[in-house]
Amino acid sequence: MDVNQLKFGLDTFGDVAVDHSGKQISYEESIRNIAKEGQLAEEVGVDVFALGEHHRKEYSISSPEIILAALASVTERITLGTAVTVLSSDDPIRLYQRFATLNALSNGRSQVMIGRGSFTESFELFGYDLKDYNELFEEKVALFDKLVKGGPVTSNGRFTPHLENMEVYPKMTEKKLDVQVGVGGTPESVVRAARYGYPLMLAIIGGNPIRFKPYIELYKQSAKKFGNPIQPVGMHSHGVIAETDEEAIERAWKYIVPAMNKIGLERGWGPMSREAFENEIENGSFYVGSPETVAKRMAKVIKEMGIERFDLVYGINGQRQEERFQTIELFGKEVIPRVKEILKEGN
Amino acid sequence: MTKPMIGILGAGKLGISLGQLARQADYPVGIAASGPAEKIELTVEILVPGAKAYTSEELIQIADIIILAVPLSKYQQIDSLLLQDKLVIDAMNYWWEVDGTDQVFSDKELSSSERVQQYFEKSIVVKAFNHIGYHDLVDHAKQGTKENRKALLIAGDDKKSIDQVEKIVDDFGFIPLNIGQLKNGVILETGRPLFGASLGLEESKEMVKRSLEEIRK
Repeated sequence: MDVNQLKFGLDTFGDVAVDHSGKQISYEESIRNIAKEGQLAEEVGVDVFALGEHHRKEYSISSPEIILAALASVTERITLGTAVTVLSSDDPIRLYQRFATLNALSNGRSQVMIGRGSFTESFELFGYDLKDYNELFEEKVALFDKLVKGGPVTSNGRFTPHLENMEVYPKMTEKKLDVQVGVGGTPESVVRAARYGYPLMLAIIGGNPIRFKPYIELYKQSAKKFGNPIQPVGMHSHGVIAETDEEAIERAWKYIVPAMNKIGLERGWGPMSREAFENEIENGSFYVGSPETVAKRMAKVIKEMGIERFDLVYGINGQRQEERFQTIELFGKEVIPRVKEILKEGN
Repeated sequence: MTKPMIGILGAGKLGISLGQLARQADYPVGIAASGPAEKIELTVEILVPGAKAYTSEELIQIADIIILAVPLSKYQQIDSLLLQDKLVIDAMNYWWEVDGTDQVFSDKELSSSERVQQYFEKSIVVKAFNHIGYHDLVDHAKQGTKENRKALLIAGDDKKSIDQVEKIVDDFGFIPLNIGQLKNGVILETGRPLFGASLGLEESKEMVKRSLEEIRK
């Protein structure tokens, strides 16, 4: 593994932060703060800053590209991405245009990650039936792929317009758009990412991450079968970093667990026990602790999985603004260099 | 004695996880999705080494025991007569995001597994493997000593079939806990306290007792 090629990202769903009394701050303030978080991420040496599209009360980001566009003008190096963009309920032509614009403003630093995401509100909101999910995705990704490749587009779909040799602008003449696919645990989605030849990001939100290792093999073998180049594979998981383990664990218990339980309630499973929570921190998918603790776990997982990118999802359930900043700062300044150091020692 | 062949219908997260457990326990395993076998061949070969991909028609013919791991809104696409006289394990759950809200899958009259039994009228349906999340199934199997493994809850009406499923559960690495008739399976459904729970034997017994009292009120 070439440690210098490893990429580290910070992702947020745009959870609205809380003030000292525990009350949500305004959406406007949250959006402005997230732009500041992106700037901080660049300052502390993070490679990718990625925002997830959501349409729920607890999140302020439904239009990630607009925040990323603001960041394009105040940053120079960091990759500005999404995690994820729900292509199935979006318009592939508009999506192409938004990202072509962002790519220009950021001098080729934009990245779009397409996927279903954790939630399904966008389907109802934009008038789609979730039952058509696969067909919607297949049709739209095919059109989007043609647009990204450039040239006049011909397309005739059920959910998208009939196009005959149509040019779509602006063209990306300097650098092509970086497209990634984000998947949960569905094998079919892994194969699909390989079929389109896009890099793969695994969202691993619970349990031992190593069980996903065969998925990476599946991705590689599938790419080979389809005659596509084998692209990098990365993963993203939740985490909280603080000065000490105790502080981080307390914070994670306070924020991550109620957020997971809230989703559990909607989907029908019960609350998370303290034992399960501690298991997630020890061997599972919560990266919680001091910079040293988190770096050790991250290095171990990166090595065992053989991945080339690790994104930490920060700020779950809002948290206080200074707590959000702290995870970003410690991740960039201490965790990333330490992970690289550990991996170099191990080589 | 050779182990019976397990045929898993569904190659999603749950189907693949159950396939992995079955292979680890040395059962012959076949997996089928709705389409042609080639579509899932590579997936099965890599994610469940030692298992084979089939079409569902082929698999139903050759497998001794069938596990249903398709979305609850899809099982009626399977020809019920093909499953005649087979033991069918129902591992399915209702997810509104996948199955939609226009159809009733369970109500006070009939639990979801009883509906499945009604549809597969010439088969014996046992409910199992539904209440532990798919990644906990893989992570918790054979965890710790045999006595403090997690309990896996089973409901069904036929004694012989229950015994068979208990053996499978034990081989997969969990303590089988029979909760009685198929209709009791309602306490394992989505939204119930036991749904998603992966607990030890004593705690599980306690919760089963409370849950059964609750539904008899």
